[in-house]
Amino acid sequence: MVRALERKLLRDLRRIWAQTVAIALVLACGVMVMVAAQATQRALLATQAAYYERFRFADIFAGLTRAPRALLADIAALPGVAQAEGRISFHAVLDIAGIEAPAMGRILSLPPNPALNLPLLRRGALPEPDRLDQVALSEPFAAANGLVPGSRFQAVLNGQLRTLEVSGWVLSPEFIYSVAPGMMMPDDRRFGLIWMNEQAAAALMDMAGAFNDLSVRLARGGDARAVIAALDQMLAPYGGAGAQGRAQQTSHAFLDSELQQLGALALYLPPVFLLVSGFLVNMVLARLIAIERPQIGLLRALGYRRREIGAYYLKLAGLIGAVGVVLGWAFGRWLGAGMLAIYADFFRFPFLLHDPAFGAMALSGALGMAAALLGALRAVAGAMRLSPAEAMQPPTPPNFARGYLDRKIAALRLHQTSMMILRALLRWPGRAMITLSGVALSVAVLVASYFIFDAVDLIHERVFDQSNRQQITLALAQPAPARAVEDARVLPGVLASEGAFGVPVRLVHGHRSHLTALQAQYEGTSLARVIDDYSGPILMPPSGLVLPDLVARKLGVGPGDLVQAELLAPPRSRLELPVARVIHQSFGAEAHIAASVLFAEMGIAPQVSHIHLRIDPDQMPALQARIKTLPAISGLSDWQELRSQFAATIDESLLTMAMIYTVIGVLIAIGVIYNAARIQVSERLHELATLRVLGFRRAEVGFVLVGEMMLLTLLALPLGWFLGYQFAQGMVAAISTDVVQMPFTISRRTFALASVVVVAAALGAVALVQRRVGRVDLVLALKARE
Amino acid sequence: MARVIPMPEVTKPHPPVFAAQNVTRVFRMGKVAVQALRGVSLALQEAEMVVLLGASGSGKSTLLNILGGLDQPTEGRVFFRQTELTRASDSALTQYRRDHVGFVFQFYNLVPSLTARENVALVTEIARNPIPPEAALDLVGLGARMDHFPAELSGGEQQRVAIARAIAKQPDVLLCDEPTGALDSTTGIQVLEALCRVNSELGTATVLITHNAEIQRIAHRVIVLADGRVIRDTRNETRLAPAQVSW
Ligand SMILES: Nc1ncnc2c1ncn2[C@@H]1O[C@H](COP(=O)(O)OP(=O)(O)OP(=O)(O)O)[C@@H](O)[C@H]1O
Ligand SMILES: [Mg+2]
Repeated sequence: MVRALERKLLRDLRRIWAQTVAIALVLACGVMVMVAAQATQRALLATQAAYYERFRFADIFAGLTRAPRALLADIAALPGVAQAEGRISFHAVLDIAGIEAPAMGRILSLPPNPALNLPLLRRGALPEPDRLDQVALSEPFAAANGLVPGSRFQAVLNGQLRTLEVSGWVLSPEFIYSVAPGMMMPDDRRFGLIWMNEQAAAALMDMAGAFNDLSVRLARGGDARAVIAALDQMLAPYGGAGAQGRAQQTSHAFLDSELQQLGALALYLPPVFLLVSGFLVNMVLARLIAIERPQIGLLRALGYRRREIGAYYLKLAGLIGAVGVVLGWAFGRWLGAGMLAIYADFFRFPFLLHDPAFGAMALSGALGMAAALLGALRAVAGAMRLSPAEAMQPPTPPNFARGYLDRKIAALRLHQTSMMILRALLRWPGRAMITLSGVALSVAVLVASYFIFDAVDLIHERVFDQSNRQQITLALAQPAPARAVEDARVLPGVLASEGAFGVPVRLVHGHRSHLTALQAQYEGTSLARVIDDYSGPILMPPSGLVLPDLVARKLGVGPGDLVQAELLAPPRSRLELPVARVIHQSFGAEAHIAASVLFAEMGIAPQVSHIHLRIDPDQMPALQARIKTLPAISGLSDWQELRSQFAATIDESLLTMAMIYTVIGVLIAIGVIYNAARIQVSERLHELATLRVLGFRRAEVGFVLVGEMMLLTLLALPLGWFLGYQFAQGMVAAISTDVVQMPFTISRRTFALASVVVVAAALGAVALVQRRVGRVDLVLALKARE
Repeated sequence: MARVIPMPEVTKPHPPVFAAQNVTRVFRMGKVAVQALRGVSLALQEAEMVVLLGASGSGKSTLLNILGGLDQPTEGRVFFRQTELTRASDSALTQYRRDHVGFVFQFYNLVPSLTARENVALVTEIARNPIPPEAALDLVGLGARMDHFPAELSGGEQQRVAIARAIAKQPDVLLCDEPTGALDSTTGIQVLEALCRVNSELGTATVLITHNAEIQRIAHRVIVLADGRVIRDTRNETRLAPAQVSW
């Protein structure tokens, strides 16, 4: 007897196979995202931890002007500090054969026996101890420029043009992600890390017995905040620019933001899929049970127990769940491997520890099965409640009572086919709600993934079109008197030049503080501008600070409040400045001030740290050649190139992600609509056949089916937009850190695109079902009495 | 060999509504072939009320479905007036049903989500020359229950709604497959009265399948099928009103 039931199970499964597949795919998406995101996240976390541990990544970093090495012993003796290491670090313009534009390098001294941030040799050798001209290069930079061991290049070091020889390639846990100061994206051709013997660096930079860059490793249980506070105090006399924990260390912060994003993905997205598939199981099973009522009655009459009936349908749901889970595991491992490969390409790890993701598989498997079984519960309970006599009766016909809404609808004088659609929705509001929410969720998933394009567009517009209208920005090695701006005008091809001054600052209000840059704007400058999202470019007020709302909120200040500004570069002024204006910026967390106000408060002559240029593009090569020889200039940014590079890097990865999310969103929409339409057809085949007999054309009968599904889809759109808005906001919150910022903005284009994709998917799903209606044998359909 | 087509007494020059020539219908189910019709030829006249009798499985429904454009014969030709149905495409048959045919089935086939009036309006909305749904419902004596849903009507009332729906478009032919099959005799008589009234008042040619031999007495003409063939085709000298029939 049991074997007969099992055979029936397989037949039932075959009968609803297309619906099973549709549900299983939705479920598989949830399992897939969970497995892929968690596998990737755990693999990266494990890799990061192992890399940090083995190569002794420091916990706290501080830049300063110059301190004697003797200070290191005092620092090491601070409570909570395990190790302290000082090194010499500076930026230099590089001249590499084969690239016209100057590259920028950050030179780091390598102690004879390094204890922290150990470089990992990938090729060649570390610089020989007694050679002053040998350096090791960061692998990505060396590889991008073809600088193999033995190659030579030139660098302006401490005002002198020197030739350096490459001894080898290295990677470092400090630079898993490396981006030049002031840049937004890594550029391996134009920015590299250069390791030089300590002795050589000290000689070149006149830093014998001194250091200007500090790394600290905390003792077990050491309190980072306390150590940072102590360091700030201790380093202040030596030009300390503010100690920072890992959270502010660029490489770590970017990696961390990425890991958080993966965590958020694994946490927020899968429940959507599980929920939808649970509802779908409920819908499909309820329908199957309705069809099989007489069979249930028969089985019960034959002596099968309620329990056995219940177990039978639960098994069916379990099979659907199992198919989804297994598919999800397979897709998840595949996607996880792909994602990890992308990350491995983006971040520079010397090795990758893979995570088998067994934990994620077990958890997602359990949740997937639970979703299918819980979804089945209501329908199954209904089947178990049927008494044999009741089950063998045909179900009581649906009662279409005339409620308030019905009278309203009847008053609309719609076509009868439209009435059929509306009455069905009113009669089965629960099912309509499930369909509607499922479609809304698919819209939301798409909105929340497509909005990233808007964010990128906004960054593009703000950074390249509105804020920075200069073609070139020169970074000066040292702040210079304001007349350096005039000097820049004689460089080849320069049409206009404007100065700017930026300095690291700690803003303090009460017990709250924010570490950022203070940008001073000179009056009458118009190339680099500060933009308010609502009112556009703004002029610096005659006194006080301009803060973006993000910073103002973090500090808990508004216009008129006084803020302590500790400038973290010589002469390390401590200023008390009022907040003059809070501006709205969807990204950007820097403070702004009028240059005249800042230098008056500091009591020094105006200085510039950057010079913005408008140039004659034809003269670009001459300008670049010239800059390579100027020791006062430590870097050059070509905004045109930055722009195209930003676009290239972003577009590639975004398109891949958008594609994956589109598939996911479309699968949800199809899974929901297909099942709803199949159920509708199965319930109303008789009705639809009657319409055909009465002389309704195929398309007119199709309207009843398509119309209901499309009406639900259209109703779901606004809900989907709303949910997508919330999802996107949550994602921005998950990604954004002090270092990494992502603007929150959603364009109409995104809402429209998500809607179009979902409507198209819904139409496709209905068309699949519609085809079945077309094939129905009218005579047979009428014979079968529902 | 064509059978002599019996003509009504009042021989009019115009052609029959339906003409079937040597119609066969074979249902293939796997290897088994079921011969539902084995060469049926007949001609039905305008305004005629025809009762189709025969044992279960004799091919009555099959014939009716072919006349109504729901099914196609395996061999033979079928004409509706000048139109050959056996050559019509699926969409042409749909148009034919829409413009000319009214159906009534044993199990009503009402749309449960539409009220009586709306079920009738379903057809009048797409018909060329309909009478108002209210008038059609009045004709079958349901003027007072127009806003009830099928679930709120008795079987006989539902069947009368189905008749109202079938006649509201003023069809040229009314095809009824056991319209009284699910009804008790009193209700059945009400339904038959509605059909006769439509036939006499609107002049609609009507084919009525029944298992009830008594009902043949209300027809102008009685055709009996057996095993897929016409075995008897007679004309009633006198007709009874439905109320005079009892079963
Ligand atoms: N769709 C079909 N597939 C296979 N066989 C069919 C089909 N429709 C009818 N038949 C067969 O054709 C024969 C005639 O069927 P039909 O329905 O026309 O009989 P009927 O005279 O209307 O019988 P009843 O009085 O029981 O309704 C029967 O033997 C039936 O089994
Ligand atoms: Mg029949």
